[in-house]
Amino acid sequence: MKTMRWTLWGVVVLFAALMTLFAWQLSRPKDDFVESTMIGKPVPEFTLEAAAADRPGLSSVDLADGTPKLMNIFASWCVPCIAEAPQLAELERAGAPIVGVAIRDTPEDLVAFLQRNGNPFTRIGADNLSEIQFAIGSSGVPETFVIDGKGIIRYQHIGDIREEDIPVLLAKLKEAGA
Amino acid sequence: MIAEFGLAALWLAAALALLQLFGAFAGVRGGSADLVAVVRPAAVVQAALTGLAFLMLIWVFARTDLSVLLVASNSHSEKPLIFKISGAWSNHEGSMLMWVVIMAVSGGLIALIERRLPEKTMLATLGAQAFVSLGFYAFLLFSSNPFERLSPVPVEGAGLNPLLQDTAAAVHPPGLYLGYVGLSVAFSFVVGALLTRNVTPDFARVMRPWVLGAWIFLTLGITAGSYWAYYELGWGGWWFWDPVENASLMPWLAATALLHSASVLAARDALRTWTVMLGVVAFSMSMIGTFLVRSGILTSVHAFAVDPERGNFILALLAIYIGGALALFAARASTIAEGERFALMSREGALVVNNVALSAILGIVLLGTLYPLLTEAFGVRVSVGPPYFNPVSASFFLPMLLVLIAGPLLRWRRDSFARVQRSVVLAVSVGLVVLFGVGVLAGLGILPLLGMALAAAVAVAAFAPLRGRSLRRLPLPVWGMVIAHFGIAVSLFGVACDSALTVEKLAAAKAGDTIAVGPWQVTLDSIEPVAGPNWTAIEGRMTARYDGGEGRELAPQARSFWAPPQETTESALLTRWNGQLYAVLGKEAADGRWQVRLWWKPFVTWIWFGGILIALGGLLSLLGRVTGDLRLRERRRLIAQRHGEAVS
Amino acid sequence: MRTGFLFVLIAAMFAAPVAAQDRMPPAPYAYRQLDDPALEAKAQALMETIRCLKCQSQSIADSDAQMAGDMRHEIRTRIAAGESPGHIRKWLIDRYGNYVSYKPEVNSVTWPLFVIPLVLLVVGLLLMRHRFRKSA
Repeated sequence: MKTMRWTLWGVVVLFAALMTLFAWQLSRPKDDFVESTMIGKPVPEFTLEAAAADRPGLSSVDLADGTPKLMNIFASWCVPCIAEAPQLAELERAGAPIVGVAIRDTPEDLVAFLQRNGNPFTRIGADNLSEIQFAIGSSGVPETFVIDGKGIIRYQHIGDIREEDIPVLLAKLKEAGA
Repeated sequence: MIAEFGLAALWLAAALALLQLFGAFAGVRGGSADLVAVVRPAAVVQAALTGLAFLMLIWVFARTDLSVLLVASNSHSEKPLIFKISGAWSNHEGSMLMWVVIMAVSGGLIALIERRLPEKTMLATLGAQAFVSLGFYAFLLFSSNPFERLSPVPVEGAGLNPLLQDTAAAVHPPGLYLGYVGLSVAFSFVVGALLTRNVTPDFARVMRPWVLGAWIFLTLGITAGSYWAYYELGWGGWWFWDPVENASLMPWLAATALLHSASVLAARDALRTWTVMLGVVAFSMSMIGTFLVRSGILTSVHAFAVDPERGNFILALLAIYIGGALALFAARASTIAEGERFALMSREGALVVNNVALSAILGIVLLGTLYPLLTEAFGVRVSVGPPYFNPVSASFFLPMLLVLIAGPLLRWRRDSFARVQRSVVLAVSVGLVVLFGVGVLAGLGILPLLGMALAAAVAVAAFAPLRGRSLRRLPLPVWGMVIAHFGIAVSLFGVACDSALTVEKLAAAKAGDTIAVGPWQVTLDSIEPVAGPNWTAIEGRMTARYDGGEGRELAPQARSFWAPPQETTESALLTRWNGQLYAVLGKEAADGRWQVRLWWKPFVTWIWFGGILIALGGLLSLLGRVTGDLRLRERRRLIAQRHGEAVS
Repeated sequence: MRTGFLFVLIAAMFAAPVAAQDRMPPAPYAYRQLDDPALEAKAQALMETIRCLKCQSQSIADSDAQMAGDMRHEIRTRIAAGESPGHIRKWLIDRYGNYVSYKPEVNSVTWPLFVIPLVLLVVGLLLMRHRFRKSA
């Protein structure tokens, strides 16, 4: 009987712990982002065709050319990508080399998008099957990765780049050896 | 004016609940008779008032009164009337009002007719009922007021999510609510019995119809929800162990266990502590389910009306009611005398196995559902899905079915296996024949194979209790048991066949093309635009022939709703006794061909047919119990009358 | 398999607007099965246990999301190239963490998922032994 009593109070304690977990989970903002687990690892080998006529395509070799870069995953059909265009332009002005990966885009749409929103990219690869996205563990557009000179992924920014994210990205780029 | 009227009725009902609580408290403490006399009437009037409020809400929805915030954000003037009405409860506030109404009506009903328990226990029960209701009234009035006005009045409403503009979706939530609330009534009885130290067979008998009723509605609610997902989401899946699905399954598992242990308590005065514990657990699961669904802390396809603010409120209610009841139980459990003894080889023994297995499955589902939440607290995200739940729960479920083969045949208290051997051997042989027969024919997975074999064995065993008994004089509850157990077999067979034998065909087709899927030949005749009341669609007209037989037509659609704008796929189904052909029309490809998804799902409908049988079994049992109770009451009345005459 | 349910169920499923959709045709193997039924069955079984990262809680086998389609293509092409389902699952987990797989693997974080059912079994057996020993 005595052991049963203690077991039952144990259930009460367990329940209290569950309530605490619930309360804690409720009190913090829900984070729906799925982070890449490729940070610290080299970019897998890939080669992408050029997505736009006036910029070359992109391959993993280009990413390991000794200069740290920002790799921006974007698409012309993605609304937040329009929103982050001014910030990308600012990053470019601050001297950050930016390469782009266009996800599932037609050349016409892409050209129109770049004309309207500016083109901060030195290279743009066309990823029509989201292959590179999967290879680097990206789960949406837009996302921005910091890649160091050896082609190792150093940092991932999920979602559009806001004004306040610019210093962070520049700092990460510097850490990566720029 | 209508809305204000409804709101006033709600406030008044809440005030009466408070009065009911005080009256009951006074009664239990032996206080003023005037205050005690108010308890039952207060419960009855509450039922009327909340019912009135609900009618008012339906009225504003039917008229599409856009000055009411809830109507403006969930309805639309161009929606069919039936969905305008169902729109009243297809949203958070309306569904909580519905919850409160069902709760008040149940409370009123108990107050009106239930007189079998000692009055003190009844008062404690009604007090507990009032206490629980008060929390929900507060929730409704302070954080989910369905009658809130909107100013300025918008020109048009936002519309109802098209996925919910569907008959099954209109029926499914009320079914589950009736279930949850039935379990809250059982919970009140448990608290009443614990408070007045009166855990008796009578308590189990009085509580049983509520548990049965709740269980019937939960069964139907889950069945309807599963079928809805099956045809509406367009991929032919009917269960994914999604958190919201699990939230509905957990109370059902607890209620099933409670149902069986309450039967033992009612018939044999055994398993007292255990029954009380299950009563608390069953209601906890309803509350935890509601919390998980409404707070949005878990990611689900079905997450709807999610709001962390409300989550806090439900969490507080959960902590007060369940925490309080568990503490009360822990404090009182040792005062509940142990019930009657029995041997392992007995009806009680088999039911204990059933209870232990169901509780373990419940534990597994709860664990798997909450585990991602727990690891997230440590910064790690994991997913727990069918590859975990299927084998782990089956390893408890399938052995439980083995016991089900023999259990209903055993006598109470003590029995010998030799007595039931013949029926058991028959059922097991049938199962083995299926196991080896099907196993040799096809390379099926181990779980579907075991599922089919056990389904066959349980189906045979389900009818064994009828052997050698007069069918005409068999009590209704026995019929109920037979049919419900048979329903389990039917459902299990459907599940096993669907998972093992489904044939899928994805194709790109143009008009005139014929696609083969399983025994079917499906021809795409044409693609036509069609229009509905609040949508337009592209319809694929198809003709399907089973095994070269006569052509039957089917027409899956890709619909675009405009209020709110959303695209849905409307699958088309052709049903035969041995399965369903499931067709979905996808997008047009660049070369002008259309994507078509076809499935032949052998025996899939048996899943839901089994669910209906299970509910039907519950209904027969409920009818049997209630008429039995009424007959008993009448007999007692006659005896008392005669006794009175003799004395005079 | 998708599903449904509950409580009121359902769904503001993708409450997100339909707006952001690309105009590219789906990937070749997003809506096309492999010709070899054995390989297709392998791919299908794997796809049913991979989470669609753009969706609310669906496997990539049950979703019309563009990214789910691309992932089906990725998986079908890898299976067709002779890669094993276990290897592909690991490849995805290396990129997205365990979250992407509905099949929890036993590791330092998930072991209670597998140990607790065993504990439940033992507790159940002990409870019954306790109960029936006394009654014997």
